[in-house]
Amino acid sequence: MTTSLPEVAAGGRLAENIMHFGRTLRAAGLPVGPGKVLDAIRAVEAAGLTRRDDFYWTLHAVMVNRRDQREIFDQAFHVFWRNPELLEKMLAMMLPTVRPEVPAEQEPLSQRVAEALGLGRGDGDAEQRVEELEFDMTMTFSDNEVLRGIDFESMSADEIAQAKRAIAAMRLDLKPLTTRRHVRDSTGERVDMRATLREAMRGPGDIISLERRRRRTRPPALVLLCDISGSMSAYSQMLIHFAHALTNDRDRVFTFVFGTRLTNITRHLRHKDVDVAMAHVSEAVDDWSGGTRIGACLHAFNRDWSRRVLAQGAVVVLMTDGLDRDTSDNLAGEIRRLHMSSRRLIWLNPLLRYDGFEPKSWGVRAMLPHVDEFRSAHSLASLEDLAGLLSGTAATKEMERWRQAI
Amino acid sequence: MKLPQSIDAVVELLAGCDYVADRSLATTLYLSLRMGRPLFLEGEAGVGKTEIAKVLAQGLRRNLIRLQCYEGLDVAHAVYEWNYPRQMVEIRLAEAGGAMDRGAVAQNIYGADFLIQRPILQALEPHPSGPPVLLIDELDRTDEPFEAYLLEVLSDFQVTIPELGVVKAVEPPIVVVTSNRTREIHDALKRRCLYFWIDYPDAERELEILHRKVPACSERLSAEVVAFVQDLRGQDLFKLPGVAETIDWATALVQLDAMALDPEAVNDTLGVLLKYQDDIAKIRGAEATQILNRLRSDMAAAKAAGG
Repeated sequence: MTTSLPEVAAGGRLAENIMHFGRTLRAAGLPVGPGKVLDAIRAVEAAGLTRRDDFYWTLHAVMVNRRDQREIFDQAFHVFWRNPELLEKMLAMMLPTVRPEVPAEQEPLSQRVAEALGLGRGDGDAEQRVEELEFDMTMTFSDNEVLRGIDFESMSADEIAQAKRAIAAMRLDLKPLTTRRHVRDSTGERVDMRATLREAMRGPGDIISLERRRRRTRPPALVLLCDISGSMSAYSQMLIHFAHALTNDRDRVFTFVFGTRLTNITRHLRHKDVDVAMAHVSEAVDDWSGGTRIGACLHAFNRDWSRRVLAQGAVVVLMTDGLDRDTSDNLAGEIRRLHMSSRRLIWLNPLLRYDGFEPKSWGVRAMLPHVDEFRSAHSLASLEDLAGLLSGTAATKEMERWRQAI
Repeated sequence: MKLPQSIDAVVELLAGCDYVADRSLATTLYLSLRMGRPLFLEGEAGVGKTEIAKVLAQGLRRNLIRLQCYEGLDVAHAVYEWNYPRQMVEIRLAEAGGAMDRGAVAQNIYGADFLIQRPILQALEPHPSGPPVLLIDELDRTDEPFEAYLLEVLSDFQVTIPELGVVKAVEPPIVVVTSNRTREIHDALKRRCLYFWIDYPDAERELEILHRKVPACSERLSAEVVAFVQDLRGQDLFKLPGVAETIDWATALVQLDAMALDPEAVNDTLGVLLKYQDDIAKIRGAEATQILNRLRSDMAAAKAAGG
């Protein structure tokens, strides 16, 4: 049995509280606007208020629209509508304004929810944070991983200038993909019947001239996987600057960094201002300049992300020196899987700057057979070469030479 | 048939068509029906997203109109197309008949008679059995331009045809959109829908699904199959088996007259359950035996505790 609630929605506290709940979610980062609040009120009217779980899923249906928002919603819901008698009271329209409080026995709230609810962090919370930190440290692989944000300002002026010059000079020209969509083109290979008939109706004349169209092309998606471990630290900053420039220059660029674990920094790099973007990145990533577990990170990428970002003919650029600390990983298997699911896999290795580089190390030998291109990425010049490389014009003879070397 | 009037009625409707749903899903579905909003379902492959639309059409005795999305899907294949040969013939006839008024001819050849309806336009037409169920399947396979085109359809249930005008549904269809999340769908589209993420079912629900879908599967075999699959979902595999795979596997085992799981039967039929060679290689043999032993001892313990 459902209870109809027009009067509650119109004048009572429920509508008001749903609005407050919506504002809480918005502050926590969910895209909940006034339209959604109105929808939510209508939805609650439709579903009735007989069961708490129905109420939960009713609000969920309207206010959540991504899988990863569920946890935030869940926490906010349980704090906001904490009192189990709250709903009954609301029905009776005797509800005091809900004051969100954190119940002591509950697990720590996510920072976003806590901030959105306007909760200060007490001493107990600080302790909790320390514990989490220690826990994190024991879980990480590298014994010298430093849990700190890296300061991009400490880059030398020369380095910054170099990176920026390289980036400014760079126009990435990936070989476009042919799509199944069409665009009008007088020299196209197909007849555009709709346009032909429209033209035919336009003016007098016995002859109908054929309008033509061709397939539309678009640049393929680009996925950058950047190693930020200690051995790469001189280059990774420049490469992330590079990734930032690419992200803001074009569509469909996804950037991941990895040291001992994989982090998706695509969202942070979308900030137009390079300094803001870098600040966000250094905050989000906490395995700067530590050890490397290439195999494990590629495994995480293959499992969690490859299906979501490689679906539409993506080109993958892997930037690492291939010095994997953890030889127990199935590195060869993971790189093979990555190669199979990408249209083109390009490996940029800064170690190639040494003339006498030999593919001797374990990691390099495991990875080299499965990449389409193997190039250096240590200087301005080598980064500039990348443009030609990504457009698919680079010679493959070099690749043959590398394959024979191992 | 009338729309269900409560969440319980939705649960019943789905159960009547052998679809075992969570109450959370039933709630979202009920709201979608009541509020006339499209339902947006996301989840891994094989958790029963498409099935919802089929079951809904069957349970409500409505037509099911299915639009399978693919890259490059365009208006001519999804919504409408003009019948060009007929239009050409019509122009020729008009000219042969001496009609010189081009405006009248144009008016004529852009009439409803010359329009070929594709799934979305069909779904907006009145149907004798009530508004149909429109299934827009695997929306993530198409590209952003088509997604943008759908905005008008999903929010106002109408289509604008430049030469003809606006076609609006008298009674809006029941729309179900599914996505495997091979890319993120734009928020503008999701905002117009009610969202639900379908998870893998828990053991109890999966067992019930198996009872309904593969009645020939014995009690013991069903329990073992479900326990095995649930265990697999905790493993580090490239592609975890969905409910569809569980059903296929149970069917395969029944076909082979298996009464209970044994290592040999598992190894022989693993290809039904896992679809990547790496995954199969990982589980086949020792790992499969280990899982079997684990679930045997769990079941024995449960029995001892129960009896």
